[in-house]
Amino acid sequence: MLAFTIRRLLQAIGVMLVVALISFTLFRYVGDPVNQMVGLDTSLEQREALREQLGLNDPVLVQFARFVTRAAQLDFGTSYQFRQPVVDLIGRRLPATLELSLVSALLALLCGIPMGVYTGLNRDSLLSKLFLSISLLGISLPTFFIGILLIFLFSVTLQWLPSFGRGEVVDFGWWSTGLLTVSGLKALILPSITLGLFQMTLIMRLVRSEMLEVIRTDYIKFARARGLSQRSIHFRHALKNTLVPVITITGLQLGSIIAFAIITETVFQWPGMGLLFLQSVQNVDIPVMAAYLMLIAFLFVVINLIVDLLYFVVDPRLRVERASH
Amino acid sequence: MTQIPLLSVKNLRVEFPTRHGVLTAIDGISFSLREGEVLGVVGESGAGKSLTGAAVIGLLEPPGRIAGGEIRLKGERIDTLSPAALRRVRGKRIGMVFQDPLTSLNPLFTIGDQIIETIMTHLPVSEVEARKRAIALLEEVGIPAAAQRLSAYPHQFSGGMRQRVVIALALCAEPELVIADEPTTALDVSVQAQIIHLLQRICRDHRTAVMLITHDMGVIAETADRVAVMYSGRIAEIGPVRHVIAKPRHPYTVGLMGAIPTLSGDQQRLTQIPGAMPRLDAIPDGCAFNPRCARAFDRCRQERPNLMPAGEGEAACWLVDPAEGTTGEGETA
Repeated sequence: MLAFTIRRLLQAIGVMLVVALISFTLFRYVGDPVNQMVGLDTSLEQREALREQLGLNDPVLVQFARFVTRAAQLDFGTSYQFRQPVVDLIGRRLPATLELSLVSALLALLCGIPMGVYTGLNRDSLLSKLFLSISLLGISLPTFFIGILLIFLFSVTLQWLPSFGRGEVVDFGWWSTGLLTVSGLKALILPSITLGLFQMTLIMRLVRSEMLEVIRTDYIKFARARGLSQRSIHFRHALKNTLVPVITITGLQLGSIIAFAIITETVFQWPGMGLLFLQSVQNVDIPVMAAYLMLIAFLFVVINLIVDLLYFVVDPRLRVERASH
Repeated sequence: MTQIPLLSVKNLRVEFPTRHGVLTAIDGISFSLREGEVLGVVGESGAGKSLTGAAVIGLLEPPGRIAGGEIRLKGERIDTLSPAALRRVRGKRIGMVFQDPLTSLNPLFTIGDQIIETIMTHLPVSEVEARKRAIALLEEVGIPAAAQRLSAYPHQFSGGMRQRVVIALALCAEPELVIADEPTTALDVSVQAQIIHLLQRICRDHRTAVMLITHDMGVIAETADRVAVMYSGRIAEIGPVRHVIAKPRHPYTVGLMGAIPTLSGDQQRLTQIPGAMPRLDAIPDGCAFNPRCARAFDRCRQERPNLMPAGEGEAACWLVDPAEGTTGEGETA
């Protein structure tokens, strides 16, 4: 298992290097960074001096090595647009996005799994059909539309919940949280539902189909033949066997929730990374885009690693016994 | 013998409602088992052997349902019990061993977990006692180093060893009856005999009755006290095993016996029963076997025979009907 972890870590480093290469080429091929930084009246000599100072005249490999070394030290340069270090910018926005994403993912899991189990076991009940119809909506309606619909209903018509922003936040060092204030929590409700609905329906349908499959297996029949309680059969013996695919999908989805919170953040003017990324695209703010790309890749790699390790926890068949050798 | 039988099945009918009408998979079968008796149930695939077992333990897969008849365990009806009450019968009073040990055990739980959970579901014991019992059971079914193996997962056992674990699981609450549904079919030939002998020994030691479902006549001959031959959802012949093997009355049984290879046999070719068993939606009038039967006559095509006494057993065949005037004994294999 240790060997596996190390192998996976090496692969992760490989992936990160490839992503770094892509980020790096952004700098080289999307416009001239010097043009972005200086005014129209800067002389050619000054430009050349800046070019030299930025190291843009060095061989490509040297530049790439420098980029990677700096990235490893969390130095992604200065945003063209805000004239601030990119790391500070992202660091300030990261808590908002992570909080929104994790709450959405939790919501998706905590609702999706029980709904999946229920619909899998009671295929013909009225409630199952209701859940399935709702899930069809969740899968087919685009996120921005759901967001706008929710705003219209709960913010405009009923005026229960705020339609934009994070509410009041409490700072802990560099982390700011909206989870500790009433207005922060209220502000979180609509965006997290919007962001989590698709994942919830996905998880529900996945658990349902896995459950239908597992329920038919011999070991469930044998568990019934041994007279075990319904609860134990369904939630211990059957549910655990549905978990491997659920973990895979949830892991991947958590990555995409973070990466694609962009739309939800735009609809709700949520001050997270997605909003920052959109602004940086509009303003060709390459350092921010590159750093965002690296960060998302990093999150995906980390999540995948955790998912791989969770397989070992869930499925004993994957644990190769080496103790006897 | 006025004693109440351990298991008594009377006129059991199992039906499957489908779009094209109701299919009768088991059509009025009756049999009984005494305490500690081994009843072999043989027949081709689709004859209704496994369904009979599933019906007795109350595990028919929907939409299959018991449409008539009754099942009594020590005189108490169990086919009409509530699901919760039936659950207390399963495992506790009737155990079951399935065909494929590779898929019968939950791959994600240790065998200790699975045995201890089953014991604690049925017996009022503490976890420590349940663990002790689990170890004793594993030793009894011949698993070496049982105490250590409790924390092993099913995939760490071979097929034969897993079937031993399955047997331990089926027996862990001391049931009065075990239904073994083709317990050796999925195993290597070399392991089959071991498992059959194990099942036989353990059930004898615990005075457990066994309903042994198989299509292996050899296994039946060696293990069973009585045998029921099933054909197309009905019992064709039932009787003491030696009697049925030596003097089969029903032409179908005769055919089955002729299809068994023997080492000392002077037969050059094994006999073959022509044709195939009818589909459930196309069971012929009269005796279901009549289109394949060499000795069928008019009555077989019109009237369906019920079990009637034949020698020491019973057979559902007009040939043994005294009214027909034939002896039905001319077919001794």
